Amino acid sequence: MKNKHNIGDKVLFSGNEAIALGAFEAGVTVASAYPGTPSTEILENLCTYEGVYAEWAPNEKVALEVALGASFAGARALATMKHVGLNVAADPLFTAAYTGIKGGLVIVTADDPEMHSSQNEQDNRNYAYAAKVPMLEPSDASEAKEFLKTAYRVSEEFDTPVLLRTTTRVAHVKGIITAGAAECSSAKLGIEKMPEKFVMLPGHARKRRVELEKRLARLRDFAEIFPENRIEWGDKQKGFITSGVSYLYVKEAFPEASVLKLGMAYPFPDRMIRDFASQVEELFIVEELDPFIENHVRALGIACKGKELIPAMGELNSHLVRNAVTGAAATDLFAPVPIPMRPPNLCAGCPHRGIFHAISKLKVFVAGDIGCYTLAALKPLSSMDSCICMGASIGTAFGMEKALGKDALGKIVAVIGDSTFMHSGITGLIDVVYNRGFSTVIILDNRTTGMTGHQPNPSTGVTLSGDTSTAIDIEALCRAIGVKHVITVDPHRHLDAEKVLRQEIDRPEPSVIITKAPCALLPEIKKKKDKKLYTVRAKNCTGCRSCLRIGCPAIEWVPLTPEEAKQLGYKETQKGHSYINPVMCIGCGQCAPLCKFKAIAVVGEDND
Amino acid sequence: MTRTTNLFLCGVGGQGILLASEVISSACMRSGFDIKQSEVHGMAQRGGSVVAHLRFGEKVFSPLIEPGDADIVVSFELLEALRYLPYMNGKTRVIVNTQKILPAPVATGADVYPADVLAQLAQRRITVFPMDAFEIAKAAGETRAVNMVLVGALSALLPLDEAVFLAVISERIPEKIRKVNVEAFLKGKEAIKEMISV
Repeated sequence: MKNKHNIGDKVLFSGNEAIALGAFEAGVTVASAYPGTPSTEILENLCTYEGVYAEWAPNEKVALEVALGASFAGARALATMKHVGLNVAADPLFTAAYTGIKGGLVIVTADDPEMHSSQNEQDNRNYAYAAKVPMLEPSDASEAKEFLKTAYRVSEEFDTPVLLRTTTRVAHVKGIITAGAAECSSAKLGIEKMPEKFVMLPGHARKRRVELEKRLARLRDFAEIFPENRIEWGDKQKGFITSGVSYLYVKEAFPEASVLKLGMAYPFPDRMIRDFASQVEELFIVEELDPFIENHVRALGIACKGKELIPAMGELNSHLVRNAVTGAAATDLFAPVPIPMRPPNLCAGCPHRGIFHAISKLKVFVAGDIGCYTLAALKPLSSMDSCICMGASIGTAFGMEKALGKDALGKIVAVIGDSTFMHSGITGLIDVVYNRGFSTVIILDNRTTGMTGHQPNPSTGVTLSGDTSTAIDIEALCRAIGVKHVITVDPHRHLDAEKVLRQEIDRPEPSVIITKAPCALLPEIKKKKDKKLYTVRAKNCTGCRSCLRIGCPAIEWVPLTPEEAKQLGYKETQKGHSYINPVMCIGCGQCAPLCKFKAIAVVGEDND
Repeated sequence: MTRTTNLFLCGVGGQGILLASEVISSACMRSGFDIKQSEVHGMAQRGGSVVAHLRFGEKVFSPLIEPGDADIVVSFELLEALRYLPYMNGKTRVIVNTQKILPAPVATGADVYPADVLAQLAQRRITVFPMDAFEIAKAAGETRAVNMVLVGALSALLPLDEAVFLAVISERIPEKIRKVNVEAFLKGKEAIKEMISV
């Protein structure tokens, strides 16, 4: 069913849902993305609107290139990604700034200050400056929708790609938004050859470089009259320059103060900044992460207070902003009490647990990658030794191998998920084969993109909109690259998988082990009818804790006092016994072979 | 301008906190309030601690509740109520589901589940409404309706009409399980009313 809203409808939407509606209202017809928190829901929602083609690309670079192509054909196009995704897409971005566009082109970058679900907290406003493209920065869901529509008008008027930056507290915060009218592009659909604009040969690029500077100058003038760069005059003792969600924290903490809100994060309205600064007694710059506004204000020769008060790390909030500016310490708050942590864990029945348990026994260096399975770095599996960025596992494993030479044989493995392999693992594997390596690469194929909430990928044979597609055969792909030893194993049967691992890591040639079993949260597993759940035969359990070594959330340790142990028929010295929570067990069977005393059995077969 | 009301929800991934907060926010919106609802997605399904900040009033700016500023806390799990103590103050009312979900370090025997969670809250003179939402949901016919039991309980402390909640629930929840969820909502509300009248 296609999504529909009437003009004037009020709905409770997250920033991401609002951006999807904004894209629909802006007349976007082509959208491409790679899933990544906190950006994923934009395309998941956009694909439910009529007349929009939305897709998961294998990675962000491809996503931006697809959107750019759609723009060249005259369509309004969108590419969305998380902050680190823009690193991947930076190559087309920097040159798209030269070519400009035909149909409006907007790139949404969803930054993650505080690293709720990311490996770093880079501030992507720096990309606007570096690539010389305008960036809009909404504060909440309602602005996110309106700013996205504005971004298309700016894109077409100034012949430029436009960045729209959200952060986690914009992307994932729900607020009330009002559905609006549909717009359409001023560009015409069709093929138009414009080599001087689209073919960035040095000779052409030098001319476009000049155009780029002229465009930036026009954008600076525009920034002065852009209504979303606005001054809210109040008490002039304190004046704040701020943007994005930080604006909301300032309004909450200092409702009476004067505020210059920058709806456009780049380029800056210099005249407006000077005017504002000249009229307030004390000027504060409140922004999350880098001193992006502050550095510019200081470069204008204007005195201000910024990062010496406001942290450059993590998220802000109104409490923090108020205390930082006034210098007041937190008043008598309840102190936190020490209680057990509740760290995220691989789910009960997760196929990754089995293979990582097997890997942990090899005592090798595990070059890891981005996905749920990065959690295997935590206790008790403790079997990941590096994790950098999407696709890095294979290259880093191979680099270690080249540094150590023959000594590395049997001591290093690379581990990468199916979606991550499609994203940027393939090229790493090509390097291993081409440059005569002997790396062992383990591809964790759980038939989905798990971490971001179950998006299909090129190896699953389903598209974003749910259509059947050609599933890329990972095994055949690895063979085509030139890997001679490609073996598929069942990660739940970890003893068998361990044998294969031991045999492959010592092989002086490249090898790929594909561990194939669906994510435990996929409907095909969750709704499976004839699940054989496991239980602990109380009389056999010796309390040796071997089964706890895989860290399955369904297996619990029940501590016993000597009296309790005696009552249950155990030795008085037994400290406790294991228990399998029947609500959580899904019957993967990984735990059963861990028990030497045959205390773990299928329910119903536990009485012998 | 009236003061913004701060509702803080906490619990464990998989307990339906996101749906609960959506129901509450929708009810606030329909009652004519501005609302901001903030939560962090991503690792929620993997048994981690989950929180949602809900703020409603005439005009809401910040999406985040300040430490010490929660008016009502709804803890979907016993231990989680203690984890977010710094968000409470002496006047905060705390609805606590007394159900225990063992964190991984406790399940593996590396740490111990504190025995005195409610007493620790009481020591700080916080008003606590403890209830076994799991048992109440079970009695209503659906153990997964713990979230609606707690929404029902919370609704008794909010200036919103029951009819608005029921309308939101019936729109948001599929027909097959709607009746038990409404039942769970009403039982939760009843449970807290008994505590208030005592």
